Amino acid sequence: MKKLIAVLLTLTLLCAFAGCGEKTDINAKSEGVLTYAQYTDAALDTQVVVEGFIQAKQAYSEEYGNTSLYLQDGDGAYFVYRIACTAEQYESMKVGSKIKVTGYKSEWSGEVEIVDATFEMEEGTYTAAAVDVTSLLGTDGLAAKQNQKVLFKGLKVEAANEAGDAFLYSYDGSGQEGSDLYFNVSLNGTTYSFVVESDLCGADTDVYKAVKALKVGDTIDVEGFLYWYNGANPHVTSVTVSK
Amino acid sequence: MKRMVACMLLLATLLSCTAVLTGCHGSRQLDAFVMPDSFDESGTYTITFWAKNDTNKAQVSVYQQAIEDFQTLYPNITVNLRLYTDYNKIYNDVITNISTGTTPNVCITYPDHMATYMTGANTVVPLDQLMDDPQYGLGGSEVRFDGPTRAEIIPTYLSECVIDGQTYALPFMRSTEACYINKTYVEALGYTLPETLTWDFIWEVSEAATAKDEEGNYLVNGQKVMIPFIYKSTDNMMIQMLRQKGAGYSDSQGSILLFNDTTEALLYGIADHAATGAFSTFKISSYPANFLNAGQCIFAIDSTAGATWMGSDAPLSDISEDAIVDFETAVMTVPQFDTGNPQMISQGPSVCVFGKQDDQEVLASWLFTQFLLTNQVQIGYAQTEGYVPVTSKAREDSVYQDYLSRAGEDITTHYEVKIRATRLLLENTEHTFVTPVWNGSASLRDAAGQLIENVVKSVRRKETVDEAYMENLFASVRSLYRLEDGGAGSSAAAGKADLGKLPSTAVILLVALGVTWMVLGGYYLTNSMKKRRKSCNKSEKVRK
Repeated sequence: MKKLIAVLLTLTLLCAFAGCGEKTDINAKSEGVLTYAQYTDAALDTQVVVEGFIQAKQAYSEEYGNTSLYLQDGDGAYFVYRIACTAEQYESMKVGSKIKVTGYKSEWSGEVEIVDATFEMEEGTYTAAAVDVTSLLGTDGLAAKQNQKVLFKGLKVEAANEAGDAFLYSYDGSGQEGSDLYFNVSLNGTTYSFVVESDLCGADTDVYKAVKALKVGDTIDVEGFLYWYNGANPHVTSVTVSK
Repeated sequence: MKRMVACMLLLATLLSCTAVLTGCHGSRQLDAFVMPDSFDESGTYTITFWAKNDTNKAQVSVYQQAIEDFQTLYPNITVNLRLYTDYNKIYNDVITNISTGTTPNVCITYPDHMATYMTGANTVVPLDQLMDDPQYGLGGSEVRFDGPTRAEIIPTYLSECVIDGQTYALPFMRSTEACYINKTYVEALGYTLPETLTWDFIWEVSEAATAKDEEGNYLVNGQKVMIPFIYKSTDNMMIQMLRQKGAGYSDSQGSILLFNDTTEALLYGIADHAATGAFSTFKISSYPANFLNAGQCIFAIDSTAGATWMGSDAPLSDISEDAIVDFETAVMTVPQFDTGNPQMISQGPSVCVFGKQDDQEVLASWLFTQFLLTNQVQIGYAQTEGYVPVTSKAREDSVYQDYLSRAGEDITTHYEVKIRATRLLLENTEHTFVTPVWNGSASLRDAAGQLIENVVKSVRRKETVDEAYMENLFASVRSLYRLEDGGAGSSAAAGKADLGKLPSTAVILLVALGVTWMVLGGYYLTNSMKKRRKSCNKSEKVRK
């Protein structure tokens, strides 16, 4: 009898907790908020209001009191450039948390982003899984995935300069430890430039160290956010040597 | 009696703490530099050099070579290089390090920034005494390299480093702005470049270039994208326009004159051209060079120190080769309102020495600073971009003259656009100017650019730009850059002169002050409790 009561109590508790765990509808939008499709259709320099889930944030700028955010919902991704916030607000911007952003749609060197934005933190969490876009690399279709968390598989590390280095501090090697890391990868004979954006992944992060350990000829899988600078220029967050 | 003693102790504690805290807030106090009789060859000195490069590896190599050569001459001095690609980042790091007493020894700087550094006593070493020292000064008898004499530093450039009658830096390199022009497109539009570029000409051609066909392609380039005129540094744009107009910006007393009728009129004009798509800025669109080289821009104004990025054959490029179009590049001075009196900004890095407790360390820093003005460093660095050496000694050097004479021989060292940009400055040195420097002038410079950026953004966003808009704009920019109070020494300086966290010594003293208060409070509380107990005892005795 006691066992039966214990089992019943346990089941009751489990059911109760299941009821509490309300699933977040990642595409649900508040009134007046654009869907991702409406956002992509919006003209540049118009005001946009979007909701998304923070997938990553860049370092907080004490100088300017802002940060840049990588947001995503179930349909697409948004890059919010230098959104003004206090250090305390920055701390509240946890990865996965939902945020409503009001700003202006803009384009800078091909990167479609939201600028001059304000924000409100909202209830709900979602962390996106990286989407494998290897087959889209080098195609026009890649642009549709702009700013999303993406995955490239089986890329070959190519020399970043004539000296045969596997990576460079800054795009031309003029930087030093702590600078952005640039490295080249190829797929099907075409070479692409990827970057570890130091404001996103600094010198103490695993990915920064992993890129510094790369060797020309390595085959790697790369995760990152599909940033754009005169073409795809992913902000890399993870590198795994597969061969 | 005890109360009096306690009060006196309290007063003494407060006074001493206040005095100490007042002294240490913001920066550690340094004694003024005193020139040693001689440089200590037996000691070893490690100095840090914070250097700025234009994200240009060749410049980094020049710095590294300079350090190597210097260390060979002075084996007891080690120079540690820290690289920056952004003047503002250096500025902010220096500000932070002033408050913790960990400034670099030698630092590339802008005079605007130096004025803020100097808010701490003896933070920046005045260089006049060092420059004129017969042994270790410029051309001094004990200096182990062939550096320039004071007379060989271009006087205009040296004068830019003088604040309140004292020299606080040496010029390192100088540049100005140039207009890099797609001459092919200008002529295709039916225009001929004038001898001196004017604002009217640029606006007229830019407007003409906005014409499109029925499918939305620009007629001049057949592409979907064309921003005829892009300005990289809008603070320079506003400053130069005001200067050319003879209108106010600032003065040597630090008065803020930027928010005036001429500024407003200029902003209306800029707004009109932004509205048609004839004009944009780097912050809004991207690097002028990228658009210029892709045939999507006709007038790209950027520093002469950005010349290696400009033109179809530019050695440096951020865009793919297949996006680059072939065109003839003209290099001209920035547009003028009065062609008879051309005026353009003088810019470029200077180098300052920070004060340290050890005068020998400062002397070692000075020797390295001076070494940066030797011909080898000056010519080496000048060749990396459209910079000019700051000494006549380097300019007259046959190596430099040979370099200038070989424009166009290759697209690397002798890249024609770069050498033409260099010549532009060499030929216009007397037409260059600098803005007054005072504590807060860096904020005013930012504000000047912000006015243009905001107006262009607003127009693109279909906002109405009228008198009410301008009134709000001026007020918001004044507020943003803390320029409300009107000038030097006002909160303008505080805008970027926030000296960061209190130094640890100050924190310790503050904690000590708090503890003192607590002890005193405890003492009075204990005393009063004792008195109460005594009173109670007395009462009880009475009751009994």
